[in-house]
Amino acid sequence: MERLFFLIFASVAVVSALCVVLFRNPVRSALALMLCLLQVACVFVLLRSPFLAVVQVFVYVGAVMVLFLFVVMILDIRQAELEAFFPPRNRWLMYAIIPVITFEFLLVILGTSFEGFGPGAGGETKVEVIGRALFTEYLLPFEVVSVLLLVAMVGAIVMAKKRWD
Amino acid sequence: MISRTVRRKDMVPITWYIALGSVLFMIGVSGVLLRKNIIIMLMGVELMLNSVNINLAAFSYYLKDLRGQVFAVFTITVAAAEVAVALGILIALVRSRGVFSADKIDTLKG
Repeated sequence: MERLFFLIFASVAVVSALCVVLFRNPVRSALALMLCLLQVACVFVLLRSPFLAVVQVFVYVGAVMVLFLFVVMILDIRQAELEAFFPPRNRWLMYAIIPVITFEFLLVILGTSFEGFGPGAGGETKVEVIGRALFTEYLLPFEVVSVLLLVAMVGAIVMAKKRWD
Repeated sequence: MISRTVRRKDMVPITWYIALGSVLFMIGVSGVLLRKNIIIMLMGVELMLNSVNINLAAFSYYLKDLRGQVFAVFTITVAAAEVAVALGILIALVRSRGVFSADKIDTLKG
């Protein structure tokens, strides 16, 4: 049963990720990326990490994708400009290299037997445990990341505002 | 005992998760390398960061170790900060030059 659910989520995730790359219209790409991120959240649920799944839905699907859509709508890309972007003609090397590297990845990963990794019989990770770890053992990284978020927010506002001079 | 073996058989092997992560990563890489639209290149970066999170969560589950999940939370935070800054840069760029194509931004002749 779990394998069935994994296959469903994985196939939808891969197809929607391909849609992100292949769609011409950025709005459609953003919606496909939203679907892909939701599938990844479902995979997190399969991995018994519900906190990560909730954070994924809140931050990625909620905040980041709304930001993407907002910027796409603000910037108002013209149709003529869209046509010029796709399909790219002068990147034959990339067309050749990317399938080869993907094939190598899959060959190495599926050929490796992860002996020490039995099926993880452990139950769900409780949010309480993660919170305790974040505020004791990982307090310094937590604070650094919060300062980083503040700096990024200020930087984004400064760069995106109109010059008044 | 029998029920346990059945459960073991039903478990998803860790290689599947890593394979999913690597496939999503390569799709993200191709999005960055093949597309010229800057917004879709940023989406490719998001895909790459997300596939890394799948790997972190998978190893965290199969090793019964909390650190993978904590690290994934930090990755998500950094990705959110990166998107905010990148979209700010994008808005400034489009306002000053009005281009979306990464090939036309060549002031530095890189």
